[in-house]
Amino acid sequence: MNIALLLEMAAEAGPDRTALVSGPRRYTYGELLAGARGAAGLFRASGAEHVALLDEASEAAVFALFGAALAGVPYVPLNYRLADADLKGLLERITPCVLIGDAVRAARLHDDPADTRMSNADFVAAALAAEPIGEGDPGLGIAVQLFTSGTTGAPKAAILRHTNLTSYVLGTVEFASAPEEAAGLVTVPPYHIAGIAALMTSIYSQRRIVLLPAFTPEGWLDLVAAEGVTNAFVVPTMLARIVEAMKQGHRPDVASLQAISYGGGKMPLELISEALDLFPATGFTNAYGLTETSSTIALLGPEDHRAAKASDDPRQRARLASVGRPLPTIELEIRDEDGRVLGPNEPGEIFVRGEQVSGEYKEKRALTDDGWFNTRDSGYLDEDGYLFLQGRVDDVIVRGGENISPGEIEDVLRAHPAIADACATGIPSHEWGEAVGIAVVVAEGEARPDPDTLRQLVRDRLRSSRVPEAVLFVDALPYNEMGKLLRRVVKPWFAG
Amino acid sequence: MKPGTRLKSAVCDTEVMVIRAGEGTIECGGHPMSEDKQDAGTPAEAHAGGTLIGKRYVDDAHSFELLCVKPGKGSLSVDGVALSTKDAKPLPASD
Repeated sequence: MNIALLLEMAAEAGPDRTALVSGPRRYTYGELLAGARGAAGLFRASGAEHVALLDEASEAAVFALFGAALAGVPYVPLNYRLADADLKGLLERITPCVLIGDAVRAARLHDDPADTRMSNADFVAAALAAEPIGEGDPGLGIAVQLFTSGTTGAPKAAILRHTNLTSYVLGTVEFASAPEEAAGLVTVPPYHIAGIAALMTSIYSQRRIVLLPAFTPEGWLDLVAAEGVTNAFVVPTMLARIVEAMKQGHRPDVASLQAISYGGGKMPLELISEALDLFPATGFTNAYGLTETSSTIALLGPEDHRAAKASDDPRQRARLASVGRPLPTIELEIRDEDGRVLGPNEPGEIFVRGEQVSGEYKEKRALTDDGWFNTRDSGYLDEDGYLFLQGRVDDVIVRGGENISPGEIEDVLRAHPAIADACATGIPSHEWGEAVGIAVVVAEGEARPDPDTLRQLVRDRLRSSRVPEAVLFVDALPYNEMGKLLRRVVKPWFAG
Repeated sequence: MKPGTRLKSAVCDTEVMVIRAGEGTIECGGHPMSEDKQDAGTPAEAHAGGTLIGKRYVDDAHSFELLCVKPGKGSLSVDGVALSTKDAKPLPASD
């Protein structure tokens, strides 16, 4: 089914209910649908083959997402943080397009007469004034095209079809299930799959969307209090900053907050434990998913969180660091390098299959013949089916034929009181092919620990093959804006 | 009947999206539903319970599943046998 139907249903069931809060502006479901229909009329008339958004989250993202769906063209939200040269490369790949947002920058980088460029304000006004698109089947083609961050080489254009996205929404959310007061705070940028999924699931459940385009921890806490926010999604770095702001004494009344979900990067165990104490009445959900899987494929729910934290059983406690169990609507397997399906507690590559899994790029289809997608994430399932992630397969350190997950070494190092942050990566070794190198950030006010102390710590807690050969002390480690540690950037630091 | 097909009632405003379909005729208000809007009068008395938007309707064998995308006065059936609403197991919100 077409994703536009999600908005049409919400507007049919509650036309006058508040759907979106964007700064001082509020929109009902009826108004959002009118904006999307007007936008679709504009897109159709323009002859564009893509609808691009080069802007922060606003009502324009909703009009563009559903307007593109009604017009039967892909919606392509772009990362406005990209450098000019990289953005130029993407703009060249989506001509002819309607581009909404930073029209001046887009024109400077790629001034193609086939493109139509509009500022956010002009687009919103035009969409609301435009002749709505006529009846007609927009089809079930590509709903969203997202350029993946591209750890190596040029960014790939991941494709999400209408059937992928609606399968995810219908599989995880009941229609109109949100109570009248429910409000979800959306802080993820529109070009991230979690930002797109949030718009769709909020609208389908009729949970009011409250946008916070520029995240600050104080702004986030204040908006929760002002709008009576009940649900929020954060990435680990955001949660760390929120916890820090609260500890510094910024404590508005956030009692309305019933649920915080998080994902997009590794959540440090100490941080989630601290957050559970600071938000005693809030349910925490850890969500694991990828762009290519239309967002979430595994969940660790609120009961799992509290049970793990309260348990004396080390196996139960460990689950706080898991991403929970796969959704009932998908299949998930752990496989070894030869494709053999592995049993409980055996680490390997994570494969998924299901309607929400697209596994498709503009350049190629990355599904096996029988529909499985290799996430390129490594991990294992415990005996009760809880999924533990060990990082990207590409980040795995292969030392003398043994696969070493950088995450386990980093966890041990971060537990050291003098270490604020750590990154483990493979470095060239004559003897082993690869050996372990670590880059560590010394905690403020602490003396730099002796490298041999760190080696001993790793040897004691893990085993000798994990012991770092090279130790670098650095001021800071590189993260992307979603809080993912960029190990590939650290790797060359050991070359000198 | 292909998943994703949108069917309209011939006797009321009901519209459904086919999520899954086996062998048989999908009806609303006792009359076959179709992709184009037909007019067959009013719902039959035995099939006038109404539909609710956003509800999923299934048969006992679970070979049919329909999502109501527009409500109406007729009720849904397959070959005369009424469909029932599917109870959902709610998942915690993840985004």
